[in-house]
Amino acid sequence: MIAYVIRRVFHSMIVLLVVGLVAFAMFRYVGDPIDNMLGQERTQADIERLTEQLGLDQPFVVQYWKFLRNAVDGNFGVSYRQGRPVAEIIAERAPATLELATVSGLFAILVGIGLGVFTAIRRNGVASNLIMTLSLIGVSLPTFLIGILFIYVFSVELDLLPSFGRGDVVQVGNWSTGFLTKSGLLALILPSITLGLYQMTLIMRLVRAEMLEVLRQDYIRFARARGLRERAVNFRHALKNTLVPVITVTGLQLGSIIAFAIITETVFQWPGVGLLFINALQFVDIPVMAAYLMLISVMFVAINLIVDLLYFAIDPRLRIDGRTG
Amino acid sequence: MNSPPLLSVRNLVVEIPTRHGVVRPVDQVSFEIQAGEILGVVGESGAGKSMTGNAIIGLLDRPARIVSGEIFLNGDRIDHLPLAAMRKRRGKDIGMVFQDPLTSLNPLLPLGHQLTETILAHLPVSVIEAKKRAIAALEEVGIPAAAERIGAYPHEFSGGMRQRVVIALALSAEPSLVIADEPTTALDVSVQAQITSLLKRLCRERGTGVMLVTHDMGVISETADRVAVMYAGRLVELGSVRQVLTSPCHPYTSGLMGSTPLASKGQKRLHQIPGMMPRLGNLPTGCAFSPRCTYAQDKCHQDLELQLDTCDGRAACWFPIGEQEA
Repeated sequence: MIAYVIRRVFHSMIVLLVVGLVAFAMFRYVGDPIDNMLGQERTQADIERLTEQLGLDQPFVVQYWKFLRNAVDGNFGVSYRQGRPVAEIIAERAPATLELATVSGLFAILVGIGLGVFTAIRRNGVASNLIMTLSLIGVSLPTFLIGILFIYVFSVELDLLPSFGRGDVVQVGNWSTGFLTKSGLLALILPSITLGLYQMTLIMRLVRAEMLEVLRQDYIRFARARGLRERAVNFRHALKNTLVPVITVTGLQLGSIIAFAIITETVFQWPGVGLLFINALQFVDIPVMAAYLMLISVMFVAINLIVDLLYFAIDPRLRIDGRTG
Repeated sequence: MNSPPLLSVRNLVVEIPTRHGVVRPVDQVSFEIQAGEILGVVGESGAGKSMTGNAIIGLLDRPARIVSGEIFLNGDRIDHLPLAAMRKRRGKDIGMVFQDPLTSLNPLLPLGHQLTETILAHLPVSVIEAKKRAIAALEEVGIPAAAERIGAYPHEFSGGMRQRVVIALALSAEPSLVIADEPTTALDVSVQAQITSLLKRLCRERGTGVMLVTHDMGVISETADRVAVMYAGRLVELGSVRQVLTSPCHPYTSGLMGSTPLASKGQKRLHQIPGMMPRLGNLPTGCAFSPRCTYAQDKCHQDLELQLDTCDGRAACWFPIGEQEA
């Protein structure tokens, strides 16, 4: 088991190194950083000074190594557009995105699993069929359209919820949170549902399909034949057996919740990292883009690592295989 | 009058609506099981053996359903009980052992957990007491070092050991009736005898009645007190093991015995019953066995109701073997 964990961590490092290479290549070779930073009015002396200062005269490998060293320290250079360290800008924006992603991830998982189990147990019920039909809409409508629809219905027509922004935020140390104010919480509702809706329907349909499969198994019949309560049969015996594939997909989906936040943040003008990235794209703010790329890949890798470890927690059969393999 | 039998099934009919009309996998089946008695139920695949067992414990898969007949357990009627009431009886009054021990246990839960949850669902005991009982139950079915293996998972056991665990689970809340649905079919021949004798010993000790569904005549002759023979959803013969095995009355039973290999007989070729069991949607009129029966006469093909009333009430046949001349 420990050997397995070490191997997984090692794999994760390799993935991060490769992503780092891409981010570095982007930083170094997309456009000319000297051009970008110095602008029109420059002298040859300026160029040489900056080239030396940035280390651009050094061999490729040395530059890559330096980039990685800096990245590990959280130093991604200076934003071309804002002239401030990228790490500082991202640290400022990250709480908004993380709070949004957490809420919509929880929404997707809890509601998705709940509805999935419900529609599997009441397979032919009217409510289940209605939910399944509606879920097709969730799968097929693009995120930005859902967001705009929500804004139209709940903000414009009904005037119940704010249509953009985070509402009032409270500063807790370095973290600005929207969880502590009423307007902050209200502002979270529409964006997080918009962001999580696709993932929710996906998880729901997956849980339903897996549940239907598991409910046919002998051990479920045997659990029933032993007179266990329906709730124990459905949740303790059946749901647990559906979790391995569900966790795999959910893990990937959580990663894409953070990645897809770009669209939702644009629609709702949510001051998060995604919006920062979109603005960076428009101004070809390479350091910000490179940092964003690294940040997202670290999250994906971390989530995948957690998913791999969760398999062990759920399925005892893997623990033995892991010991020998 | 005697005390009522442990289990009494009267004129049980199970129907499944299909696209091609309604079929009856169980048709007018009646039998009784006394406390401590082992009733073997034999027949080909699809004869309605398992369906009868599932109907008794109330686990018919929809759309199969009981349409008529009565089932009494200890004198209480248990068919058409409300779901919650039936659930309380499952495990506590009726235990069930399934065919395949590899798939009957939940792979993700430790054995001890599966045992204690069953005990806690039915008996008013504390968690600590339930755990003690779980260990005792495992010891009783012959799991060595039960106390240490209570946290083990099913995949850490062999097939035979798992079937022992399944039996421990089925008996853990001390039911008065056990339905064993082909408990040895999926096992190695070498452990089959161990499992049947274990089942027999435990039920004898506790006075548990057993409905033993199988198509293994060897298991029947070693284990059962009485045998019920089913064919195409109907009961064709019901009698003591000795009677049915040595002097079968119904031509089908006779054919079944003839097609069982016996080392003592030293046969060259096994007997075959010509043809095959009719599909349920396509039963012949009259006796379902008549098209394959060498003794069949005109009366057998007529639409007359057959009952277990010939051969001293043992067989449902107009012309039972041994009475042809009469």
